[in-house]
Amino acid sequence: MTPLLEVRDLTKRYGGRIGCADVSFALHPGEVLGIVGESGSGKSTLLNCLAGQLEPDAGEVLFDTRTDGPRDVLTMSDPERRMLGRTDWAFVHQNPRDGLRMRVSAGGNVGERLMAVGARHYGDIRSDALHWLGQVEIPDDRIDDRPAAFSGGMQQRLQIARNLVSGPRLVFMDEPTGGLDVSVQARLLDLIRGLVRRMGLSAIVVTHDLAVVRLLADRLMVMKDGHVIETGLTDQVLDDPQAPYTQLLVSSVLQV
Amino acid sequence: MNTSDYNFAYLDEQTKRMIRRAILKGVAVPGYQVPFASREMPMPYGWGTGGVQVSAACLTPEDTMKVIDQGADDTTNAVSIRKFFEKTANVAVTERTEEATVIQTRHRIPETLLAEDQILVYQVPIPEPLRFLEPRETETRKMHALEEYGLMHVKLYEDIAQHGEIATAYAYPVTVSDRYVMDPSPIPKFDNPKLESAAIQLFGAGREQRIYAVPPYTKVVSLDFEDYPFDPSKAPHACALCGADHTYLDEVITDDAGGRMFVCSDTDYCAQRRAEQQGTAA
Repeated sequence: MTPLLEVRDLTKRYGGRIGCADVSFALHPGEVLGIVGESGSGKSTLLNCLAGQLEPDAGEVLFDTRTDGPRDVLTMSDPERRMLGRTDWAFVHQNPRDGLRMRVSAGGNVGERLMAVGARHYGDIRSDALHWLGQVEIPDDRIDDRPAAFSGGMQQRLQIARNLVSGPRLVFMDEPTGGLDVSVQARLLDLIRGLVRRMGLSAIVVTHDLAVVRLLADRLMVMKDGHVIETGLTDQVLDDPQAPYTQLLVSSVLQV
Repeated sequence: MNTSDYNFAYLDEQTKRMIRRAILKGVAVPGYQVPFASREMPMPYGWGTGGVQVSAACLTPEDTMKVIDQGADDTTNAVSIRKFFEKTANVAVTERTEEATVIQTRHRIPETLLAEDQILVYQVPIPEPLRFLEPRETETRKMHALEEYGLMHVKLYEDIAQHGEIATAYAYPVTVSDRYVMDPSPIPKFDNPKLESAAIQLFGAGREQRIYAVPPYTKVVSLDFEDYPFDPSKAPHACALCGADHTYLDEVITDDAGGRMFVCSDTDYCAQRRAEQQGTAA
């Protein structure tokens, strides 16, 4: 089976420092990959390189496009990459303010991707927006409210709806539950897990929260100082960590 | 004052060449905002410094100039710019639309249909139609380059969601020649259909240092939704002076007791209609 995303020797340096180095992996359709590591380990740098928001210094990122099969995202032209960015890809930011238009209503936020690819029928856009707000458990009567009037958890759910409306095949998530309290986190994780399974999405989830990857991810990649130090099935890595750093990471989780 | 104290039309010839190059590029790429080195003019920004520079670059000694502000020939902005060119270029001026060869306008297109030998110069405060949606200039330029205009419809969507209709009444965004989305300057949307004109239309934004153009007979389409089509609305009245029911109207408050009247915003058009009516009545 052709992997949906294949990364080969991806390297990004910030001057003399290493952002991430020699990262290689393959992500298959329907698979969720978790990337864990402490702050500064290169998780977000890697994610931003994959999503085309940062330009890596070396390596290849092959995405299995709908029309032309696997293509290197890094050598694509700007329009093609941006087109992918608003159709087949989705990016869920840690801070919903980065991913939402705060001065545009919830319905407008969800409809933006549809209008970006040419939807020009107000009624259709609105009913799609209502459908997706329902999917992320936002009541219909909030469709014309601005995200600023939403709670943190609702903003995050709105961001997810806004991203999924175009039927993406690959979702990048950067700390999707960061900054939320635990009960809201739990509901959000439940929701994401349901959506990922139902839509058969592939996803790359970057987080420092091991509980999040335990719930969401099929496979796990552990990063430290820009390098991948351990990979494997999530349960395998978390229950039987091999690298010393992973052992430290797993044992550092507070038990209640 | 002797006109020889100034170079013809105030600006020096090199500057005019620079502006003409920008205009030519603008005409070649309809709706594209061409950067130009806007000069300091002897009037404040917001008073039409962009339009004045474009007019100065277009004027020849044989031209007849007309200046309107919100449709009127006799408001401060129009009077002072007209005087400016009378003084610095010594060109003939007129208030009659059909006699003018260069018309500088702020916020209106004349009601009288323009002809092929006329130039309409717009004063533009903010040339970037995406400005209030996307504050970064680097990003808006990229969006223009890649024709990513979905955001413009998000604005219209918001209008309908909040007001039940597209409430944008002026500076209504248009697509020029099936390519660039353009801000037609703050003309009422009533005037949008007149953007497809026989005259050449030039847009100058002095503070923002941009020039753009719509060549004659260029296709100009106002953005809308399939189920909420573009509607060039106007006040549902007839002009109180000339009786016209097909012109754009100003609402004039006449007393403190709620009295008001609606009159043509295009003063020249209204005056000509009244003169004709008096002629036929006499």
